[in-house]
Parts: sequence; structure tokens; C-alpha cells
Amino acid sequence: MIIAKELGAALRACLTDDPRVLLLGEDIVDPYGGAFKVTRGLSTDFPDRVRSTPISEAAIVGVAAGLAMAGYRPIVEIMFGDFLTLTFDQVVNHITKYQAMYNGQVACPVIIRTPSGGHRGYGPTHSQSLEKHFLGVPHLRVVAASAFHHPLPILRALLAQDDPCLYVEHKLLYPEHLTTPADGRIGDLLARSEGSPGALPTLCLSAVPRSRCTVTVLAYGYQALLAAREITRLALEEEIFAELVVPAQIAPMDWAPVLESVAATGALVTIEEGVAGWSWGTEAAAVVSWELFGRLRRPVEVVASEPTVIPSARDKESAMLVGARHIDAAVRAAT
Amino acid sequence: MGGRTESYPRLVGDPDPRLVGDPTEPRNNRLYRRMRFIRRFEETLLDLFSDGVLNGTTHACIGQEADAVGVMEHIQPGDHIFTNHRGHGHYLAYSGDALGLLGEVMGKSIGVCGGIGGSQHICGPGFKSNGVQGGIVPAAAGIAMAMQLSGSSNVSVVFIGDGTLGEGVVYETLNMAALWRLPLLVVCEDNGWAQSTPVSANLAGDMSARFKAFGIPVRELDTTDVLEIADAAGDEFAALRANGGPRVLLLHTYRLCHHSKNDDNRPEAEVAARWLVEPLVVHGKRLTDEERARIDAEVETALAEVVAKARAAE
Repeated sequence: MIIAKELGAALRACLTDDPRVLLLGEDIVDPYGGAFKVTRGLSTDFPDRVRSTPISEAAIVGVAAGLAMAGYRPIVEIMFGDFLTLTFDQVVNHITKYQAMYNGQVACPVIIRTPSGGHRGYGPTHSQSLEKHFLGVPHLRVVAASAFHHPLPILRALLAQDDPCLYVEHKLLYPEHLTTPADGRIGDLLARSEGSPGALPTLCLSAVPRSRCTVTVLAYGYQALLAAREITRLALEEEIFAELVVPAQIAPMDWAPVLESVAATGALVTIEEGVAGWSWGTEAAAVVSWELFGRLRRPVEVVASEPTVIPSARDKESAMLVGARHIDAAVRAAT
Repeated sequence: MGGRTESYPRLVGDPDPRLVGDPTEPRNNRLYRRMRFIRRFEETLLDLFSDGVLNGTTHACIGQEADAVGVMEHIQPGDHIFTNHRGHGHYLAYSGDALGLLGEVMGKSIGVCGGIGGSQHICGPGFKSNGVQGGIVPAAAGIAMAMQLSGSSNVSVVFIGDGTLGEGVVYETLNMAALWRLPLLVVCEDNGWAQSTPVSANLAGDMSARFKAFGIPVRELDTTDVLEIADAAGDEFAALRANGGPRVLLLHTYRLCHHSKNDDNRPEAEVAARWLVEPLVVHGKRLTDEERARIDAEVETALAEVVAKARAAE
């Protein structure tokens, strides 16, 4: 099943399992079913618990905060990740503050889902991966949908805990098929789920056992799918062996699986579609350099998009955003 | 006036009757006592700041005590209050918890939030505050939505000021609250000044029209009389409990003190004129000199004990 439908099915299961779960967002009810159709069918079956809202991102998220503090489990859809900026005060000064600043008297477990990312020609304000601005916000989890993590156990785990969460879904994942590990493999790659106790899972994918890999590639979301294709091709065609590490949660990070991989391979390449600088990859570089100084063969390579606006024109957009060729070049350079 | 709650207003916890009164005390005396309590609490805080005992800042509600006390007359179990940076009076009128609040502002572990929140970030059962303007309004609406979903007749109250009307999220929320008929009471305390800027330089058009544009009923009062405010608030609560749908209590009042600490450039004559019609003066006339003196002395003694306890605490 394609990932858009997997996400819809996961939300349906959450609504079925837990009467506290509510969905709020712009244009999410039937027959429209959301700008990317993830919620299609849900309002028909849960008319009181799936509600379309006015175009008011700050208030939607703020209302969700009140609902969450009153014991509900609201899941908000922000139509485009670009519009997360309109929720920033609520996220930074309200939702992620309440539990800590009230000394644990309340919890505010809001989940914000949003489609993110480019390569669709939507231009400067409908194509961004703005999650980097939310990385490092204390008490906020940032989780990324991927082609390799089943969304239902992830959503269930988030609903079973009290931290607020931003859940980013790259638009180009929606039409892709979910391929979770089966018999220790995903496609042509060996696949292993790792992670510290209590953490969301991190998947480690490689064509050959880790001991033969000479570089670790750290990626999430759609870029992880691109990276899986690239390391598969490089292994088959050129016997360049990389281990791809794909965390479900990108902040706070469970660094243990990354450090174990890099300790074995001696090199790290990070991949993200957000613009370069002050980013997920630079944080990874800082942590890995600190933890594994002396065991790295070379500096950490951070691959990110050019720090400028995302052009609408197809050729200009693909030149500016991280794509397969950037991943290919970085992995080759690091081996 | 219809809808006024005559029963003794509930308080959270076990507050000192010298500060909040008891069920046997005549209503007028109790209302005076609670306003006096808030006034002296705020003045005590300012003194403690001057003594260097407190860390950070505070925003006193001196002059606006009638709003807090009048509204809280009608709170019932399960209702919720969300307030702003100038929220001490609301918390004290709601809970009577002087030690918890003073401890919090002093950064002590006995504070209601263990000293983490401080003056602007207070939380207790059914009560929250946050110091960022505007963003508390949708949260209060969300709490109102939870009340609506659970089928209760509870009310979610949010206190804002005239300055908060500059924030866009307020209007986003008014729209949603009206569309969804949420049981939300917005109490807008227009004290004439947003920090150092007068309303005339801050707000275009008619204040009440801003709410009415969403089809939200507005009850507008220009008074510092706690009885008028309590009666009007009683009507608003009754309407909300019966019918839902947001309502606005727009109270034109005055802040007699500076915005936070030592930051007041308002005309002295303007402030002096408002001291003549402040809530304790207006309502105090309904008590005898002896009644006022006795209540004042009881509040003073009880507050001194609170200060001593808070100072001695970890």
C-alpha cells in the first residue's frame, strides 16, 4: 500500500483504538480528505472527531494544546510544512513549555503532522523542509515518516507518551510503497532495527555486513529512500559499500546506533533536504566528532540543499535541492 | 440581575479565611476582603522586590482587583481559568493560595510550580497562566472544546488585556470559538495602557466591535465596582452554561501601578484621578470604618505570616 494510504490507515487505527484521539486541520474532511488525501474517509467514519478548521494554523495548534492539556490526544495536520512558521509561537512558547514550566502538573501531548519537502515544483513557500528550525526545541520530538518505518507503531508509541511531537511526511513519500524489514532484508539490503531502550527505532541498511562497509550514511524521510537506492546501486555496480542509518526520530536523537555504525566504518555522510548550515547534519557532525574523534578517517560530510529559495522551475529546483547525484558524490568521496 | 451565584464561591485547597473570608461572612465584606488581600499581596511583592528578595519581574494588578474577584464569584468545579502576565489577582481570587504564589515568585520549592514558572507561569488545578500575549486564547478555547466534547456545562475563562488585542491569534481563535460555539468566556480587561502605550495609539476602531464582528455577544462595563462586575459576570456565566457559545466581558478599568517595576511614564494627574475611584474605595464605602479596619488588620496579619513562611522555606 502506498504511504499516503498507510498513514491514513494508521490514523484510522489510532481513532479506533483511543477515543481521546481527535484530528484537526484545514480541508481534512471528506469528500476532499486533505490536500494530500491522507485523511480521506476518516471524517465519514468519525464525524465528531475529525474536524476541518479555518485557515488559522496558530489557533489550530493552540486549540490542540488546550485539548491535550484537558486529556485529549489531538493530531493536527498542517497542510504544508512551510506553514509551520505560523505555529512557531505555540510550539516554542506554549506547547513545549507547559509541562516543564508548570513543574509536571500538566502534559501537552500534541502531535503535528505535516507534508514537507520539494521536487514537486511548488516553489519557494510550498516546498521547504523547515523541520531544522524545530530541531533542538527542548521537550519537542521531531519524527520523520520514511519508506522503511511502519507509521502505525510509531504513532502508537507517540500516543503512549506525553511529549509533543512534530511528524514530518515528505510529499514524495506519499506515492511510494512502504517496505519494512522482512526476514532481515529490505529489497537487496540487509536490514536491522536498532535503538536504545525506549527510543523509536533506527534502521540500519547495507548491502553487505557492517564490518565490510567503509562509510555510514545518515538520512531520514524521502532522502533516506534516495540514499537506499544509491547505496544499493553503488554496491552492485561498483562494490562501494555503505551502511545507511535511518532514525525514525530526528530530534532528540538516539545517537547510539549512529555511533556504533560510524565506529565500525570510520566515516560519516549526513543527508538532509533542508538548506545547509545550522542543521541536523552539522549537529551530527558535532556529536560524532566529539564522541569518535580519532576514529574518523575523514571529516564528517554534511549534504544539504543550497541555502536559498526553492525555485519553481524544474531544472532550477533539482539543481538546488539535494538529490541522488549529491548522495552518490558524497558517498564516493567518503569511501 | 438574573444568574447571579449566591452560593459561597469555591476555592481550591484550604485558604486562610482571614484572606478570603468564610461562608458566614456577609458578601460585601467578603468581596472587600478578597480585593484587599490581592491589593496588599501585590504591594507586598513590590516591597520585597525593593528589598532585593525577589528575582526577575512582576506585573501587579493594583487597581484591577474588582475584575478578578467579581468574575471568580461564579466559578464552579470543573471550570478553568487561563490568564496572562498580570495574573496574580486572578490566581488569588480563584484559589486564595497566597503562600503557593509568593513561594513561586520567590523561586522556592513550595511555589505552585516549584519556582520554575515564576510570576507569569502559574499552574494549579483548573488554573494556568502564560506570559506570552495572545497564545493563551486558543489554549483556553481548546479547553472549552474539551468541555463541550465531554458534555459538561463548564466554562473556560481567559483573561486578556487591551494590549493583547494586537495579536492575530486572538482573532483566529474568536472565529473558531464562534463557529464551534465553544463555552469560552473572554474577559478583556482594558486598563487603558499597553505597557507604555495608550489604547488611543494602539487600537483602531471600536474595541467591542472587534468581538461583535464574529457574532460574539459583548457585555461592556466601565466600572471599578466589584458588585457591578460580579453581577454582569454572573449573567455571562449563566448564559454560557445554558447555551454555550463564546461571550466577552469587556471591562474598562485602570492599572494604578507601573507596567512591571519602575516603568511608569503616564501623566501623574491621570493616575491620581483614578486613585479616587479605585475598587477598594468604591466598594469600601459599603462597609463601616470598623469593619474595614478589622478586615485590613486580619489581612495584614495573615499576609505577614505568609511572607515569614515563604522567606523561611527552601
